[in-house]
Amino acid sequence: MCQVEEDYRDGLERVEVPSVSKKCVKCKEASAAVVIRAGDTYCRGCFKEYFIHKFRAMLGKNRIIFPGEKVLLAVSGGPSSCSMLSQVREGLSLNAHKKLRFSPGIIYIDEGGVVGQTVEERRRTVAELQAMFKATGFPFHTVALEQVLDLPSSVVAMAPSPSEQPASNYKEAVGHFLQSTSSSRSTPQDEEQTSLPEVPEAHTHFLQQLIGSAKTLTARQDLLNTLRQHLLVHTARTEGYSKVMLGDNCTRLAVKLLTSITLGRGAQLAQDTGFSDARYGDITLVRPMRDYSAKEIAYYNHMFSVASVFTPSLDTKTTDKASIQRLTESFVTKLQEDFPSTVSTIYRTSEKLQTTCRSSAKAEPSEKCLLCVCALDTAVENASAFQATLTSEQLSQTKYPGAAGTEIPRQNPESSAPSGQCCSSGGAEDCGRAERGGGGCCSSAKEPETTDLKSLLCYSCQLTLKDMSSVEHLPQYILSEAQRRQRRSQMREEISEFLLEDGEGGD
Amino acid sequence: MPVLCSGCKEKRAALKRPKTGHSLCKECFFWAFEEEVHRTIVAAKLFKPGETVGIAASGGKDSTVLAHVMKLLNERYSYGLELMLLSVDEGITGYRDDSLETVKRNQQQYELPLKIVSYEELYGWTMDAIVKQVGLKNNCTFCGVFRRQALDRGAIMLKVDKICTGHNADDVAETVLMNVLRGDIARLRRCTAISTVSEGEGVVPRCKPLKYAYEKEIVLYAYFKKLDYFSTECVYSPNAYRGHARTFLKDLESVRPSSIMDVIHSGENLSVRDGVKMPVQGTCNRCGYISSQALCKSCVLLEGLNRGLPKLGIGKHHRLHDKLLSQQPLTEREERKLKSVDF
Repeated sequence: MCQVEEDYRDGLERVEVPSVSKKCVKCKEASAAVVIRAGDTYCRGCFKEYFIHKFRAMLGKNRIIFPGEKVLLAVSGGPSSCSMLSQVREGLSLNAHKKLRFSPGIIYIDEGGVVGQTVEERRRTVAELQAMFKATGFPFHTVALEQVLDLPSSVVAMAPSPSEQPASNYKEAVGHFLQSTSSSRSTPQDEEQTSLPEVPEAHTHFLQQLIGSAKTLTARQDLLNTLRQHLLVHTARTEGYSKVMLGDNCTRLAVKLLTSITLGRGAQLAQDTGFSDARYGDITLVRPMRDYSAKEIAYYNHMFSVASVFTPSLDTKTTDKASIQRLTESFVTKLQEDFPSTVSTIYRTSEKLQTTCRSSAKAEPSEKCLLCVCALDTAVENASAFQATLTSEQLSQTKYPGAAGTEIPRQNPESSAPSGQCCSSGGAEDCGRAERGGGGCCSSAKEPETTDLKSLLCYSCQLTLKDMSSVEHLPQYILSEAQRRQRRSQMREEISEFLLEDGEGGD
Repeated sequence: MPVLCSGCKEKRAALKRPKTGHSLCKECFFWAFEEEVHRTIVAAKLFKPGETVGIAASGGKDSTVLAHVMKLLNERYSYGLELMLLSVDEGITGYRDDSLETVKRNQQQYELPLKIVSYEELYGWTMDAIVKQVGLKNNCTFCGVFRRQALDRGAIMLKVDKICTGHNADDVAETVLMNVLRGDIARLRRCTAISTVSEGEGVVPRCKPLKYAYEKEIVLYAYFKKLDYFSTECVYSPNAYRGHARTFLKDLESVRPSSIMDVIHSGENLSVRDGVKMPVQGTCNRCGYISSQALCKSCVLLEGLNRGLPKLGIGKHHRLHDKLLSQQPLTEREERKLKSVDF
């Protein structure tokens, strides 16, 4: 309704009730097999063409995937990612019109340990999926989520990004690739089969404790997403992939956008829901399925027999109000019934957003969130919601000065920041740290307390942290990276008056 | 075992704060609430000493609490402001006439001058008459657009420098969500601003001192301070689209109480890509009010009402603006489109 330049030029026509005996709107010959939107009836052939074309157009329009690149497909077994897998397979097959030109690999992350599946159930699911992967002929990797406990801390530290590849180089790259094509393409016989290694029970137990230390389901899901992403990126790095394809579809991304807003991730929306996500520097996350609604994918999978495997997740079979993610999902789907344009409107909104200020690749690592690796949005500006929350926290713990006869303090605009704000970190209770910090880098940071981790996190990760009963269950790589950053910021504080330029000596 | 107040740690706690979950006694809560509004005002530099400020009063809880707190803070911290009450009568029987009685009572209690402007005298239409013509679905659009102009006109009559409204945190969060659902990028950027930044004649800047106060806390404050207010829903509101956003927000609050502030935080940190088309501020060719089109929305809606074309103004009709301006008659097809009303 309220969009600039949106003009309903044609008059309001009576909507014709679509029926299956109608002809396909595209080829006008064959009889229709499926109704996508109200009024759009397609026959089988045209639907398949439309579906495949969308995928190619998405990749071609954005020109991010260069020919010959190694791309990791993140397959969860659900309909969306299996559809993506089949599209890639189709696109690479020899008889495809305008072949796709990259080398894919598949990764499946087994999260059964978190959800509480037995070892037997997990093995069965993995075997089913592995059979599916073998049929494609691409190299595949099966990784258990428990491996997140063994990650190196380089995952959350910044890796240098490769040189910028502007669009003009794309054509050159394609040209080069076409010339050298026959020799370099990997042939199907060298598959790397990493069958699921035996996961020691202690690891599963530890992982469950970690997830269990978050008291609310919202925080648990958030934490799980973060860990999963770290594992994905790490695997991509070690196996030499430069891009990761995620199978998020339009419906899921619309829900994700709304969820991100309610979780306080407004500053990071473009990265969470956009086509490409470059927050990790050398690995770019790509979402080629973002134009497909869940309905279209379901139709396609059904009509063209694309197999998928259901794996339960943390919020399977929970009530509507169990977590914010779940609540948003049910809200959007219900609203979509009454207002069929809801999902596409939200999706279009996400296309118009961008990341705040500087590009994520160039920011100092200390200015990125420890968990979600996005730029921090906790700079306390005057009259911001963040400042208001800090003020509230502080005031709720201060005594009312009237009764005891104390002078009501005069507030000047200059000193309007709450007094708990003396250090650059964002916690009102953090006053003691500045004094403690003078004791040198080695002795001070003994155990990272909850308050200390807070300053390294963005707004929404701070909320997740608040819901956790203790941080000691966090994997070692996160804790050690936290300590390293704290030591570094203490060093910086000590010598701050002697530093000439900001950004000198960046990590 | 009685819970102690987490502020003074002496008295028994009388309530639990919805915003932070702390248990507080009455005095500490009053102090915290008032102090937060004060800090919001100071941090955002909303007022300057010597200004005349109009408090938009509807008789509901937000504006009653706003009037009370503004008067209190004005005295306590010597803002040096001259306060006045400004009220708008939309002409909704059974709702607005009752709430106006509350405003008149407020005027006496706080000893502030009061001015009431009505739609009838400004536009010649009451909301009841409008609903009869427009139906129950799009009437909130008419009410909102007319009220904005009515407030500005009333402010000019009163000769105030600024208007402050009682929008609370829940309202702002709802607006953010609603704008995302409607895809309204332009409004999305502006809606979290604490004060409007428009220049030009006939426009008085307006601000929201209660922007970070939760609705539940406002009710708690009014309850414990025994402030009197009128608390019925507008009879036409159940069918508004905003209701969906409101229900969603209430559910969110029940899952995680800090959600309201989180949504506002997200809204403040959104940034729009360059190259996205944004409306440009100009003036209406007919009445001179600010507008991003040739005719301001108010004029378009009024024209539609006067001509018996209720759908004029609902949906996009840029090309019709020129026709309206030059007083050309509309074609039959256009008239037919604009007449249809869905109830």
